[in-house]
Order: sequence, then structure tokens, then C-alpha cells
Amino acid sequence: MAGYAVRRLVQAMLILLGVSFITFFLLYVLPADPVRQIAGRSATPQTVANIREQLGLDQPFLVQYWRYMAGLFQGDMGRSYLQKTDVATLIAARLPASLLLMAAGIFAELCIGLTMGVIAALWRGRSIDNSLMMTSFVTVSAPQFVVALLLLYVFAVKLGWFPIGGYGTAAHLVLPAMTLGVLGSGWYARMMRSSMVEVLRSDFVRTARAKGLTRGRVILRHAMPNAILPIIAMIGIDIGIFMGGIVVVEGVFGWPGIGQLAWQAIQRVDIPIIMGVTLVSACAIVLGNLLADLITPLVDPRIRIR
Amino acid sequence: MKKLLATTALVAALALPAAAQETLDPNATPGGNITITYKDDVATLDPAIGYDWQNWSMIKSLFDGLMDYAPGTTDLRPGLAESYEVSEDGMTFTFTLREGVKFHNGREMTAEDVKYSLDRVTNPVTQSPGAGFFGAIEGYDAIASGEAETLSGVSVIDPQTVEIKLSRPDATFLHVMALNFASIVPQEAVDAAEGDFGKMPVGTGAFKLDEWTIGQRLVFAKNGDYWRDGLPYLDSVTFEVGQEPIVALLRLQNGEVDVPGDGIPPAKFQEVMADPEQAARVVEGGQLQTGYITLNVTIPPLDNVDVRKAINMAINKERITQIINGRAVPANQPLPPSMPGYTEGYDGYAYDVEAAKALLAEAGFGDGFETELYVMNTDPNPRIAQAIQQDLAAIGVDAAIQSLAQANVIEAGGAGTAPMVWSGGMAWIADFPDPSNFFGPILGCAGAEEGGWNWAKFCDAEIDAAATEADSMLDPSAPERLQMWSDVYMSVMEQAPWVPVFNEQRYTMKSARISGDDSLFVDPVSIPVNYDYIYVTE
Repeated sequence: MAGYAVRRLVQAMLILLGVSFITFFLLYVLPADPVRQIAGRSATPQTVANIREQLGLDQPFLVQYWRYMAGLFQGDMGRSYLQKTDVATLIAARLPASLLLMAAGIFAELCIGLTMGVIAALWRGRSIDNSLMMTSFVTVSAPQFVVALLLLYVFAVKLGWFPIGGYGTAAHLVLPAMTLGVLGSGWYARMMRSSMVEVLRSDFVRTARAKGLTRGRVILRHAMPNAILPIIAMIGIDIGIFMGGIVVVEGVFGWPGIGQLAWQAIQRVDIPIIMGVTLVSACAIVLGNLLADLITPLVDPRIRIR
Repeated sequence: MKKLLATTALVAALALPAAAQETLDPNATPGGNITITYKDDVATLDPAIGYDWQNWSMIKSLFDGLMDYAPGTTDLRPGLAESYEVSEDGMTFTFTLREGVKFHNGREMTAEDVKYSLDRVTNPVTQSPGAGFFGAIEGYDAIASGEAETLSGVSVIDPQTVEIKLSRPDATFLHVMALNFASIVPQEAVDAAEGDFGKMPVGTGAFKLDEWTIGQRLVFAKNGDYWRDGLPYLDSVTFEVGQEPIVALLRLQNGEVDVPGDGIPPAKFQEVMADPEQAARVVEGGQLQTGYITLNVTIPPLDNVDVRKAINMAINKERITQIINGRAVPANQPLPPSMPGYTEGYDGYAYDVEAAKALLAEAGFGDGFETELYVMNTDPNPRIAQAIQQDLAAIGVDAAIQSLAQANVIEAGGAGTAPMVWSGGMAWIADFPDPSNFFGPILGCAGAEEGGWNWAKFCDAEIDAAATEADSMLDPSAPERLQMWSDVYMSVMEQAPWVPVFNEQRYTMKSARISGDDSLFVDPVSIPVNYDYIYVTE
């Protein structure tokens, strides 16, 4: 188990190295000049040249990449081109909010999605199954902006149950987490349903029923733990997506996560920030998957890691 | 022998030597806090770096320069300088500083600080986007090229007097000294911030930075020692960032926000204006802005002046203003109407599809041609581009729309590979209220170099010479000078490198509890509002 974890960590390092190289390269070939963004519209050619030289952006690609990575390995993520602030500071300031929303969002997804999935599986083929699966189809295809605004308008503006956006208290967290929950629940509902249907058909469930256990006990103790396995892998992926990719929900609710930081940096070609956020979310994806893989054998003793 | 130059600003300076005594608003009550919201983070509050419309007004409230504008107007007035003298040849400016002005850290501001601040903004290490504005100061080239550490033209005469020598006449110099880039900063605070002065600003302004929680909010607190007596009225201003404009509007309607900094979202504009109660709280004003289409004069067939004129006649500007809910007035020349030097009575190229077709046929393109129109990909710009596309199609010109992120459009425009660019989202807003500001970077030869903002790549030596001559005059508001600038833009229009489309109007919405003269809410230099002079009424 320990050996496996170490192997996976080494793999993770290689993946992150690859991500850093590809992202840096894409930013290098992008037809947009970060120096122009810093220099602004009134700058003289001399000012532009000065800034390019000072930031080392006149150097060949490999030199620039080498310098960035050398800094990174010494714990220096660089300074934002436009804000002049350390990237680490900017990300650290937003990380707690991102982590909180990620955890709450996944919790909401699970609550809504798993309930829907189990109900649909137990009454499969009935009208409740059909309508739940229809609902899940609608929620996965619904635009984030619309769902977020709808929840905000109904529950914050009209009913006044929650604050209209912002960050700080538990009340602020409910609506953004619900939005993520509603939007992501469809995937979980469908996955849970098919997984559950399969498990309910299996021999050990039939045996359990045959030896006289109640239906409720069979479902909760025997079927669910087995059906939940593929869900764990999905959570691992969501961890990565939520760490940097929920720009719209953050925007509507004024949630200070790193998605907004990334979005603004992309608009202005602020390369150090883009690199920093990309690496942090890549780390989250890798760690999320690793965690999922390590947790699986704890839930299902049939799976052994060597 | 020095002669006092009788510009309006100078007369004001001499008439009121102790101009720190403000005429205060009799209705104003001190105290209270207001809340402003923005979508984007505040990038920096370093006056040498900040150059977007969001941080411009914030920096104005934290810092002061030697010159300033009367609130709500574009009238120059002395700021940290109590008075100034200009030599007869217009090449030497002597500023007398106000006594007893203190930085937020408690230290008194002196002439040394003025010298330090100008050295800092022009030093390439600072990476100031505004360094070029100071090009007329003697010694600028040496510092810009890294040969010198200090501007030889700026000298400290005594702690209250600083003298600035120019290497060439510059009619706009006093405007330059009123730019945020010319703000006076204390060296010890810049050094202490270790490269991040933008997050730890210390100035002499009406407010000081009290709190900055990255990604969430900034709080400005009243500077109790502010040198303009009785100002500011407000105790504090809170800026909340990260909020969609539409959510900001909902919060304003709920009484949580006083001014949505990003304005009224286009989708909600008509709804707001249709409600008399809300419409009464919207202040409308002009701004020194022009939206235009650049026609790249180096790319055939746009290199043909008749083709460019035909395109000018083909564009239905009225219809384009309707796309943005009529929040603009159609334009016919580069300068906006409220800019000195604007040519009254000029009709431009009137909308006339038949005449455009005829002119195109005369130029040998009766069958039309294919071209590309670059546009920034945020609403309403793609919709405007479609309207332009339809107008062009009516005269047989087939324009493919390239809808890209702002940085990519700027790159294509600067590189000269874009035949046509719609300026929306990147349109020119004046740095200072002088006609010269609409020329150099966007229509002059200097801006036509690779990477410059002159996306039409228009460069006419004669017009450039006329512009230089106009800028060499001593008095920026002299009628002869304004006439020269008017002539410059008329010559530009003769060659039609642009289609001037519209001048946007500003609409600032405010809560019922904040008050002040209407002009403060559409202040031409402080967007959205002038924080120093507004107050709350409850």
C-alpha cells in the first residue's frame, strides 16, 4: 500500500511536469502579447521593449520555461505581471473559499444525486424512474449561469432566506453549493442508478433477501456500499474540476474562489497567475484521483492494492 | 525674467492662493459609508501602474498630484501645488507646493517627494504604462534608456519649490501633471512595500487604504488630516469585488449597494429606465470616448481611399446605437463632442447606401470584395459586428467576423494583420481633456509601428507635422491651437482611416441615500463617481 502510494506520487509529479510544460508552451504560442497588456495603450515602443526585457519575455521559450521551473522548485511561483503581487499570495488568499465550496458542492451533489439514483433504481422502469432520469438530464444540460441566477433570485432576492451573494457565513455557502449540487447531481444520479441496478440483480443480494433480511436492510447494508464504488472515482474527478473551474457560479454569488482569479488572468494574459492556478488545479485532480484510489479498498475489501 | 501665463487655471491659482479652502456643499453632512461593487478584482492601487477605468478613480482618491481637476469638470486646477509659474518660452515650470500636506504615514510632503515620484514613474524598472507621457521632461530619454537614475530636468529649489524643465514645448504638460501617473508618493513607503506598493498604497489623498481582503473587498477610510478642509464627507468607502453586474443591480434594489461600479447591465437597462423611481436615480452624462472601426490602410483594397469612404457611407450608425439601447450618440469624427477642438457643423460621411455603392464601383470594386472584421467577444460587441457586417453586405462587401478575446484582438490590431477592427470594449477614452490625446497613439505615425494602438496603421507625415506644431503652442486652450487640432482631424477624415461610429454616454445608477451634485456621478475623470465630494443623506 505504501509502495503503491509512492509510485502514484512519482507518477503525479511527472503528470504535473507535463501539464506545466504544455500550459507554458500554449501560453507562449498564444497570439496575445502579455507585454502589451502591461504596457497599455499609450506606451512608447521603448517602454514595451524595456518591460519585455525585464520580464525575460525576450528570451527563447526553453530559457523562459527553465527560469519558471527553477523558481517553482524553490517555492517561488513568480509575481503577477499586472498586479505585481506574489502569485502564491493571490492563490493562498482564495484557496480557503475554493476548498470550502468544493467540499460543500460535492456534499450537495451526493445528497441530491445519490438519493435520486437509488430511488430510480429501486423503482426502475416506473414513472418515478423516468421522471427522475429526465430531471437529471435537464440538470446536467442546464447552463450554470441560469441555474445560479434562478436560485439567487428566488431564495435570496424574493424569499430573502439567504444573502444575495458574498462570502463569510454558512448562509452564504448554501446557494452556491446548492447550485453546484443541482448541476452535478445528474451525473451522480445516473451513475448511481445503473450501478445500483446492477448490484440489485447480483447473487449476493438475492441470497441476502433469501435468508430473510428486510428489504431496507439489504439495500442499506448490502447493495449501497457495493453500488457506491464508481461514485468514489467521480468524486475524485470533481475535486479537480471544482478547484479552478467554477468561474460562473463564483461570479454570480461573488464567491472569492480561484476560478475567478484564473478567468481574470486569462483575459489579461497574466501568465504567472495562469500557470499557478493551472498547476494548483492539476494538483487537485491528481490528488483527488489518488485519494479515490486509496479509499476504494477501504470501502470494498475485494479490491487489493499492491 | 519669468512671465506669468494667463491660462484660466493659472488665474484661478493666483486669485485663490489658499485654494485649500473648498466651497463646501451646504447640504452635505459628514459621516457614513457607501458600498461600490465590481466584477473584477482591483489589480493595483499603485499610481504609476494603475491604468484601467476601475482603479483610476480609486487611485485619485488615495493620491494627489501637483495638478488636479475641479470636481465634476475637466477644468484644471492646482492640486498639491499651491501655484505655478511658466517661463516665457513655455519650457520651464516652477511649482510652489502647499505647506503642511501630510502623507497617510504622517510625514510632511516636500519637493524631494515630487522629484522622487517623477523619477520613479519614468524609471523603466517601475514598468509604468504611463512613462511615455513624461517624454517632454528634460532627461527623459536618459532615464528611459537606463543611462540615468534621475530626471535631469526636475530640480528641487527648496523644500516647497520644484522646477521642471522641458526639452520640447508641450501644451499638454499641465494635464500630464494631473494624471494619476504624476501622483506624489513617499519613497519610504514604496521601499517598505518591496515591489508591491500597489497593494500597500500611501498617498496624500482624501482617503487612505484601511483594509484589503484579496478577492473580496477593499475599505477606504477618511483621511482626517486631508489638506482640503472639510473633505471628504464620507467616513469610508467599501469596494466589493467579484460580483456580476446583474447581481449588483439586484443588491442595489435591495438596499445593500450604493453604486454598481460596472454600470447597469445591458439586459436590464430598459427595465430600469421604464421604472420612474429607479430612472430618477440614474445620472446621465457624456464622456470623452469614441467607438470606431479601423480600416487598415496597408491592406488592399482598404488602401484605396475611395473604398474607405464608401465603407464610411455604408454604416448605419443610428441602428448601431439602438443595439446598445440608445446609450450613445452617432459620431462623425474622431473627437467626441465635449472635447475642445471638436469640429462643429461637420457632417462627416452621411449614411447613403447608393452613394457608397457608386463610389465603390468607381474605385473598381463594383462586385464588392471579401475582408475580415475583428471584434472583442463580449456582449454587445459581437451584435454590433453583425450589424456592421449586414451594412457592408448591402454594398457587396463580404466581411467575416473574427470574434476573439480582448488580448487577441489587440494583438491582431497591433501586428497590422486585421483589415478591420471594431473598437468596442477597447475604445479610446481620453486620458486628459485635450484634443491631442486622440491622435498620437491611435492616428499618428508613432502608434502605427508594430504593436501600437493605431490599428488603421495610418501614418501621414504632413498631418503628424501639423499635430506636433499644435502641441508646441504654449497655451493649451488657445483658439488657434484648437483650430489647428480641428484641422488635423478634418485632414484625417479626408483620408477616412476610421469609421467613427458613436460616442458612448455614461449612466451611473445610485442608491437613494447618496447625494451630491449630479456632475459628481458622471465625473469625467473619476468613474463611476468622485468619492471625495459625495455624501450620504441619512
